Amino acid sequence: MEFQTHSSPHTSRPNRVDKVMLQVVMALIPGTIALVFYFGWGVLLNVILAVASAAAFEALVMKLRKRPVLPPLFDLSAVVTALLFAVAIPPLLPWWLVVLGMAFAIIMVKQMYGGLGYNPFNPAMAAYVLLLISYPVEMTSWLPPQLLVEQSLSLGEILSFKFVGTLPVDLTLDAITMATPLDEMRTKLDLNQMISEIRTSPLWGDFGGQGWEWVGNWFLMGGIWMVYKRTITWQIPLAFLTGLVGMATLFWLFDPESFPFPLFHVFSGGAILGAFFIATDPVTASTTRAGQLIYGAAIGVLVYIIRTWGGYPDAVAFAVLLMNMAAPTIDYYTRPRVYGHGGAKNG
Amino acid sequence: MVETGFRSIITDGLWNNNQALVALLGLCPLLAVTNTAINGLGLGLATTAVLVSSNATVSLIRNFVRPEVRLPVFVMVIASFVTAIELGMNAYFHELHKILGIFIPLIVTNCAIIGRAEAFASKNNLQRSLVDGISIGIGFTLVLVTLGGMRELIGQGTLFDQAHLMFGEVARGMTLKIEDFPGMLIAILPPGAFIGLGLLIMVKNLIDKRVVTKATTQTETSEGAAGVTT
Repeated sequence: MEFQTHSSPHTSRPNRVDKVMLQVVMALIPGTIALVFYFGWGVLLNVILAVASAAAFEALVMKLRKRPVLPPLFDLSAVVTALLFAVAIPPLLPWWLVVLGMAFAIIMVKQMYGGLGYNPFNPAMAAYVLLLISYPVEMTSWLPPQLLVEQSLSLGEILSFKFVGTLPVDLTLDAITMATPLDEMRTKLDLNQMISEIRTSPLWGDFGGQGWEWVGNWFLMGGIWMVYKRTITWQIPLAFLTGLVGMATLFWLFDPESFPFPLFHVFSGGAILGAFFIATDPVTASTTRAGQLIYGAAIGVLVYIIRTWGGYPDAVAFAVLLMNMAAPTIDYYTRPRVYGHGGAKNG
Repeated sequence: MVETGFRSIITDGLWNNNQALVALLGLCPLLAVTNTAINGLGLGLATTAVLVSSNATVSLIRNFVRPEVRLPVFVMVIASFVTAIELGMNAYFHELHKILGIFIPLIVTNCAIIGRAEAFASKNNLQRSLVDGISIGIGFTLVLVTLGGMRELIGQGTLFDQAHLMFGEVARGMTLKIEDFPGMLIAILPPGAFIGLGLLIMVKNLIDKRVVTKATTQTETSEGAAGVTT
């Protein structure tokens, strides 16, 4: 057998958009399965609904813009947006809110700015924030993890609630939904309870809430795999988590009974998902290495600040959108030195 | 300065040089009070009144004011009209005045008004300045009402809510309400104002573009037809 030797340069084929997006989708699968396992079929329905509507809106806009319809569908970017959105929203969210969120994400946030690569804001998070601000009740009615409930809703019951809004006669929405661990911690802290007292409830696991922390673990594994595959760089997730843990440690050491311990923050809400999947969006994040460290750390610090003193229980979406706005400026001030030239002159 | 007809002053004020959609002036009151159509109408009419009176006054005194001190003089003219109108609204539309609150006195800082005084009224005679004030004011009011109506409809599912504040008790029946629509809160909140204004500008640009392409294709076809006949 003959081994052909090619002449230099020996470069590998550059990553294509669809390949990168496919890796992100694959990395999201374990965490999504864990979500379905702990929170039931509603999550899977959200995923299907979001992906289908995102693809439909993407095709619609391409048609209106008189561009080829198929390439943006097969580069999977809309699918990633839809998946990130679907794993962030509550399992029992009515169907039309899912569709509305995807319409806003794809039409207003992504395509109106010029499509993939031109959007300054993360579409999935912008849609999440839109719904959270407009429909706070629906968006904060989470199901408790299935470990904690005696009887869970069947697929048919979930379908009828999501599409028609009816529940089985003996149940009310308040009876089946529950606040998220972050929300619970926040409410109880507002009532001046101590953390050791709050954590006696069976809702809590080792770090975050029962079930929730395992979802976080699976997303963490997907994220580490992406770092290993060089789909994302390590700077943003590391800086994100360092910023979050740093702030949390500082306040926890100051008063461990009114500020939750650092790992609680890491394994609650969207922190892991945000660090590896949302903040690392190549379009909206900072692009220079030093810039990514600043960008990630600032998101981590903001998440802690908004969670602790802000008006909403979780903060990843707000923090990411705020830093999306700052990313171009960060890039401007962290331009790397070009080989053979002096440092960049900024300002 | 080229003397243009009243017609072009009116179309400029209402459409081509619309202070809200093209010049993007007066955004502070525009974004802040347009959470209902009636609030928008109230502020729009107050702004129009100030604009017409200040334009008229500035035009009348334009030959007596030295250029070095013209801006302080314009500001004082505008401020006195705003004060008069604020007191008037407080007396006759007290409830509406309470809702619009600080934005009535803030009309004095609306760049559109001093912009028209400086750019138009100080260079034109009384009639032209009056027409300009009216058309600019109506153009601004139309945007305020459209944006207010849009945000109100999406945000709380009503149209012309609280119309009685402006038109008296008879107008209570004017309020339209979509049944069973919870409303999308974000439209009422500040982000809704920015997104709504962006969409309005988009629609305006789209219409302008349509008009231009239509005009060019028409001239092309007529030229083509002329070419055939010769």
